[in-house]
Amino acid sequence: MVWYIVRRFLQLIPVFLGATLLVYFLVFSLPGDATAAICGERGCTPAVVAGLREQYNLDQPFWIQYLLYLKGVLTFDLGVNFSGRPIATIIAEVFPTTAKLAVMALVIEAFFGIVFGLIAGLRKGKIFDSSVLVLSLVVIAVPIFVLGFLMQFLIGVKLQWTNPTVSGNATFSELLLPAVVLGLVSFAYVLRLTRTSIIENVNADYVRTATAKGLSRRRVVVVHVLRNSLIPVVTFLGADLGALMGGAIVTEGIFNVNGVGNTLYRAVLNGDGPMVVSIVTFLILIFCLANLLVDLLYAWLDPRIRYA
Amino acid sequence: MRDDTTRSSATPATSDLPTPLLELRDLAITFSTSNGEVEAVRNAHLTVMPGETVAIVGESGSGKSTTALAAIGLLPANGRVSNGSIIFDGEDITSASEKRIVELRGSSIGMVPQDPMSNLNPVWKIGFQVKETLKANGLPSGTQDVAKVLSEAGLPDAESRANQYPHEFSGGMRQRALIAIGLSCRPRLLIADEPTSALDVTVQRQILDHLDTMTEELGTAVLLITHDLGLAAERAHKVIVMYKGQVVEAGPALELLTNPRHPYTQKLVASAPSIASRRIESAKRAGIETRDLLAPAVVKAASLDTVIEVEDLTKVFKIRGSWGRSTDFTAVDKVSFSIARGTTTAVVGESGSGKSTVAKLVLGLDGATSGSIRFDGVDITTLGRKEMFDFRRRVQPIFQDPYGSLDPMYNIYRTIEEPLRVHGIGNARSREKKVRELLDQVALPSATMQRFPNELSGGQRQRVAIARALALDPEVVICDEAVSALDVLVQAQILNLLADLQSDLGLSYLFITHDLAVVRQIADHVAVMEKGKLVEQGTTDEVFDNPGTAYTQALLAAIPGAGLVLPPEVA
Repeated sequence: MVWYIVRRFLQLIPVFLGATLLVYFLVFSLPGDATAAICGERGCTPAVVAGLREQYNLDQPFWIQYLLYLKGVLTFDLGVNFSGRPIATIIAEVFPTTAKLAVMALVIEAFFGIVFGLIAGLRKGKIFDSSVLVLSLVVIAVPIFVLGFLMQFLIGVKLQWTNPTVSGNATFSELLLPAVVLGLVSFAYVLRLTRTSIIENVNADYVRTATAKGLSRRRVVVVHVLRNSLIPVVTFLGADLGALMGGAIVTEGIFNVNGVGNTLYRAVLNGDGPMVVSIVTFLILIFCLANLLVDLLYAWLDPRIRYA
Repeated sequence: MRDDTTRSSATPATSDLPTPLLELRDLAITFSTSNGEVEAVRNAHLTVMPGETVAIVGESGSGKSTTALAAIGLLPANGRVSNGSIIFDGEDITSASEKRIVELRGSSIGMVPQDPMSNLNPVWKIGFQVKETLKANGLPSGTQDVAKVLSEAGLPDAESRANQYPHEFSGGMRQRALIAIGLSCRPRLLIADEPTSALDVTVQRQILDHLDTMTEELGTAVLLITHDLGLAAERAHKVIVMYKGQVVEAGPALELLTNPRHPYTQKLVASAPSIASRRIESAKRAGIETRDLLAPAVVKAASLDTVIEVEDLTKVFKIRGSWGRSTDFTAVDKVSFSIARGTTTAVVGESGSGKSTVAKLVLGLDGATSGSIRFDGVDITTLGRKEMFDFRRRVQPIFQDPYGSLDPMYNIYRTIEEPLRVHGIGNARSREKKVRELLDQVALPSATMQRFPNELSGGQRQRVAIARALALDPEVVICDEAVSALDVLVQAQILNLLADLQSDLGLSYLFITHDLAVVRQIADHVAVMEKGKLVEQGTTDEVFDNPGTAYTQALLAAIPGAGLVLPPEVA
C-alpha cells in the first residue's frame, strides 16, 4: 500500500513535466508580442521593451525559456506576473476562496444527490422517482450561466436573501448561493448515478440473503444496499472535487468570486504567460492528488480492490 | 392432484405428528409483468413436519423457488400471494405484518441460498455478516460466538477466517459460511434453495453431508429445492414434484422413483442423469451390458484409427506476484490421451483441474508450452496460418453457456451462416439451404432463422450452438461443459441429439465435463484429471467399475443418489 502511494507520487513527475511543457508551448505560440500586453494602449519606448524582454526571458529561444521557468519552479520561485506581483502570492490569495467554494459545492451535491438518489432508487417508478428524474434532466439540460443568473436574480436581487455578489472577504453565507449553483449540475449526475446503482443493488442476491437473515429493512438498506451503491458515486465525486478545485470560470464570473477561475480568466485575457502556466500547472497537480484520493477511497470502500 | 396430496399425508411419518411446521394450502402466486398478470404458482399444497426433510423438484421456471421464497415473504417486488395460505407452526402468516415476518426470518425460518458467489456481500467481512445475523435475532454475537457458528458449519480455522472477505474464500467455503448464517439462530425450518448446484460434485457431497448432520443434530426441518431428482431422493424423506407452477406429484422419495404416476415425473425419472447412471450401475450388477441399455440401436463405427492424439501436453501460466516477480503455474501437466474416430472421450475433473485448458489447447485457441497435439497425424502446434484456418474447419467447439456464446445482435440465420461465409463455402442460396438442413438436424423449425438468441430458451440456444458447430461438417466436436447449464430434461434431449448426430455423421467428441453422471451415459473413454495431471484413463466401464485412484472414487461417490439401489427396469 505504501509502495503504491509512493509510486503514484512518482507518477506526478512526468505528468508535471508534460503538462508544463504543453501549456508553456501553447502560451509561447500565442500570436502577438507579450510586451504589448504589459505596455497597454500607450506603448513603451524601445528601451523599456528591451528591458521587459530581458526580465521575462522573452529574448531567449523556447527551450531556454522553458528550462529557466522549470528552474524557478523547482526552487519554489514561480516568478512574477506581468504586473510585477509574485505569482505564488496571488495563488495563495485566491485559492482558499476557490477551495472553500469547491468543498461547499461538493458537500451540497453529495448530500442531496445521495439522499434523493437513494429514495428515488428505492421507490423506482413511483411519483417521487419520476419527478426527481425529470427535474434532474432539466438541471442537466439548462446551461450553468442561465441557472446562475436566474438564481442570482431571484434569490439575490428579488428576494434579497443574500448578497447577489461575493465580496472580497468571501464569507460562508455569501458563498452559499454560488456553491448551490456550482453543485446543481453535479447534483443531478450524483442523483442519477446513485439511483441506478441502488436499483442494481437492491435486487442483488446478497440483499435478499441479508433480508432472509432477519435484519430490519432499515439495516438492509443502509448496510447492504447503500454502501455497495456508493462505490461508483465516490469515484464521480472525487473526480468532481478535482474539477471544482480548478475553479469554475463561469460561476465565479457571475458571482464575482475572486477565485482561481476568475484569476486564470483574467490572465488569459491579458496574455499573461507566466501566470497562465503557473496556475494551470498548480491545477493539474491538485487534480492528480484528488484522483489519488479517489483511488485510495475506492480501495477502502471495496475490499476486493487491493493496490500493490 | 388431489390423489397425490392424500397420498403424501397418508404416509406413516406424517400422520403420527399432529401439527405440521409449515403448511402451504392452495397457494397461488401472481407476478405483475408488463404483459399483465402471470400466475407463476397455483394450487400448491405442501406440508413439512418438524424435523422432516422435504424436497421440491422441478425444472427452472417450474415455480419451486418461488413457492419456497413465499414462505418467508421474500417474493420479488412484483410478486404476491394471490390465493391460499401459508401456515407456519399453526400461525397463518400469509398476510402477516412486515414486523412479524422480520421476527420469523433468521430465528424461526433460515435460508441457504443457491449461488455462494453472489449471496455474500463482497464489501463486508465474513465475520461481520455472521455477527449481524446473531445480533439481529438477539443472540450473543461476540468473536467467540461467530467463530463457533462458522466452525460448526465445517469451516476450518474459523476465528481467523472470520476476518476475511468473501473473495478470499473458495466457493465451497462460501457455501459453508452461508450455511453457518442460515443455521446460526437455530431456526426450526431451513429453506435450502439449490444449496450446492453451483459447486463441484465432490464439494457438493461434503456440503450436503454436513448439512444433513447439522440439521439432524439440531432437529431442523429442511425444505430442499433442487432440480436433481437423484439428489432429492437421496436426501429427503418426501419429494414434491412441481411442473409449470403446479404440484404434480408428492410422496415418499423411493415410492416416487419406483412408481412415478404423473407423465412429467416419469420423464424426469427416466432422464435424470444421476438416476440414469445409478440405473446403469444396478443393471450391470444384474449382468446386463451397458451398451444394450444405453442405445441398443446405435452401432458405433468400428474403425479404430485415431483422430486426435495428445502427447505430453503441458501448459504453464505465469502468475504475476508482488514486486514484479512472477511464479509459474502448471495448468496442464504432461497429459497424453487419444480419441478414436467416431467415439466419445470424456475429460472429467473438478474446476481448476485443467480440463478446460486442455479443450482450449486442442482447439488451437491457446498455444501449448510443450508437448504435441496430432490431428490426423499432423502436429497442430506447427501449423501455419493457412493450415490452422483449415484445421479450425475440421474441429469445432460447443461451449457451456448458450447465453454467452451466441452473439445477441446476430439473428440465428446469421449465426449459423457465419462460419460458412468466413470459410467461403457456397453462394448465398446454397448457404441458406445448408442452414435449413442444419436446423432440421438439430430439430428446430426453419422459422427459427429469423429470431434472435434472446427469444430462445436455453435448450434451443444450445441446439443453435450445435448447428453452428456442425455447419462446416467438422470431424471432431469439442464440447466444453456443453450441457451443464441446462435443465435435466433438456440436458437429456441434447445428449440424445449429440448421440444421434454421432451415429449419422461419424463425429468424434471430446467431452469436457465435471458431471460423471453425464459421462456414464455418453462416453466411450474417460480421462480423469486432477490438478493438471491425468490420473486415470480407460473405457467408461473400466473406470466406473474399478476406479484406480482415490480421487476417481471420490468423484464417483459424489454423483447424487449414491445411496439409491434401483432395479434396472425402473423407467
